[in-house]
Amino acid sequence: MSENEITINNYLKYLSERKLMGSKCKKCGQVDVPARKLCSKCIKPATEWTEMSGKGKLAAFSSINVGTPYFVKKGYDRKKPYVFSVIALDEGPMVSAQLVGVDESHPETIKVGMLVKVKFLKVEVEGLPEKVDLGFEPA
Amino acid sequence: MGKLARKVALVGAGTSKFGQTFPLRRIPEHWTDAWLNAVATVDNGIEPKDIEACYVGNYSADLFNHQGHLGPMISSLVGLNPKPAPRFEGACASSGIAMRQALITIASGLMDVICVCGIEVMTEVPTVGVTDALATASDVTFEYTAGATFPGLYAAIASAHMHKYGTTHEDLMRVAIKNHINGKENPYAQMQRSIKDLMERKIAKVKGAGGEVPDWKDEFDYLKSPSNPPIAWPLHLFDCSLVTDGAACLFLASEDVAKKFTDTPIWITGTGQGSAAIAMHDRTTLTALEATVEASRQAYQMSGRGPKDMQIAEVHDCFTIAEICAMEDLGFYEKGKAVEAIKNKDTYRDGAKPINTSGGLKSKGHPVGATGAAQAVEIFKQMRGIAERDRQMKFDVEIAMTHNLGGSGGTCVVQIYEK
Repeated sequence: MSENEITINNYLKYLSERKLMGSKCKKCGQVDVPARKLCSKCIKPATEWTEMSGKGKLAAFSSINVGTPYFVKKGYDRKKPYVFSVIALDEGPMVSAQLVGVDESHPETIKVGMLVKVKFLKVEVEGLPEKVDLGFEPA
Repeated sequence: MGKLARKVALVGAGTSKFGQTFPLRRIPEHWTDAWLNAVATVDNGIEPKDIEACYVGNYSADLFNHQGHLGPMISSLVGLNPKPAPRFEGACASSGIAMRQALITIASGLMDVICVCGIEVMTEVPTVGVTDALATASDVTFEYTAGATFPGLYAAIASAHMHKYGTTHEDLMRVAIKNHINGKENPYAQMQRSIKDLMERKIAKVKGAGGEVPDWKDEFDYLKSPSNPPIAWPLHLFDCSLVTDGAACLFLASEDVAKKFTDTPIWITGTGQGSAAIAMHDRTTLTALEATVEASRQAYQMSGRGPKDMQIAEVHDCFTIAEICAMEDLGFYEKGKAVEAIKNKDTYRDGAKPINTSGGLKSKGHPVGATGAAQAVEIFKQMRGIAERDRQMKFDVEIAMTHNLGGSGGTCVVQIYEK
């Protein structure tokens, strides 16, 4: 087992270093994010790390008023909603991430299809170790 | 895709009264009520000695009730020990799966009669605990950390559907309005009120308190008011199914013994189960649920029937957008066209394609692990002509369908029923 094996832990470690990493299949060229040991297309263990440009389009979203306990800890509530989003990366795969830099209280102003770029979100929540969450913002 | 090796029938079905009942009514009370109501529908009676196994569908008593190992707990309550009592889990499709596995077991010839239990008692934990427990049916590592709640995932599907097909908030509202009209006619439903009733009750309350009376002309005005706050935009409170305690019980029997229990068995002629990535971002589309397409393809092929043959259907309306997607993904309507049918009231009880005559998850309630079996209970009642109050179909229902989703569409089970 190499130190740089494609694992969830190493993906998250890259994320903490502000790198959005996927995997690329050496056989068929398929790109997967988060990175996978088995290519999602040909199911062969022939993948290697590849860094994403961090550019993409908003594919779907929701401005969430009743959030998860984790986001409540981050300070969001009914009066201060946050946006959960699915982003289609320029490289092909989609990822789930928080969308920031938008008017969460006026979600009708947020448009599916808008161009976005990665924004690494430093999270400091009481009782949890400091970490980086994946985020995006309008490009 | 193979065929069932022998025919299997539904010979009895019932639910408990759905509602928010903890601590007054917990797992044992809901299950025994459902059992007794199902036993009462078996024409010639059924006894524990007639039953060879108890298949339990439950999503997460572990998180809702801090209770694991539900199988033998359920079988003990109705005298089915020492027979096998496995538990099946597939999020909100848990009892759809339990029913399908009972069907396959009987068709295989291994057993002749199986009792299926679907159960969930959700209100033992506060709302934040419910939200958290349901969110674990998503991809916890990658969706949950991005803020996904259950309504949030379906809201994201709605945002994509609205963008691609021009679906509107009013289209979503129409689904809720129709399902509440149906739920009013279901004495086992959690919320037996139409949205118009709720609106008028609110107006009367404000009047009684001497407040300024809102000038709502119809349900749409009411649903656009602060009485219907956003939960996960574009979904509002009335787009969401309910948090519910409830249970359902089904008796399945082989063709060799079905006639012993009843002269009018309801045959289950098709079954299918499909899977898609648990994380929405790992799917190829956000505007259709691939697991629904696959599960229905299997069930249609097995039964030799098609979407047009389905006279009525119970579909998984955990959120209003989910009913719209189901109508399209089951092949009832082309993609993007379901909203026209809804506008035309085709899906009302007197329409061309009645959907969710029970009130659906929206009004009947959604005790997640009980839902799949509870959908079969409604179809059983409609096909036997015993649906309560005014919701019995005015024609003879000969072919019908249930569609049961798990999570945000990672699992789907479809069953087809014929007389």
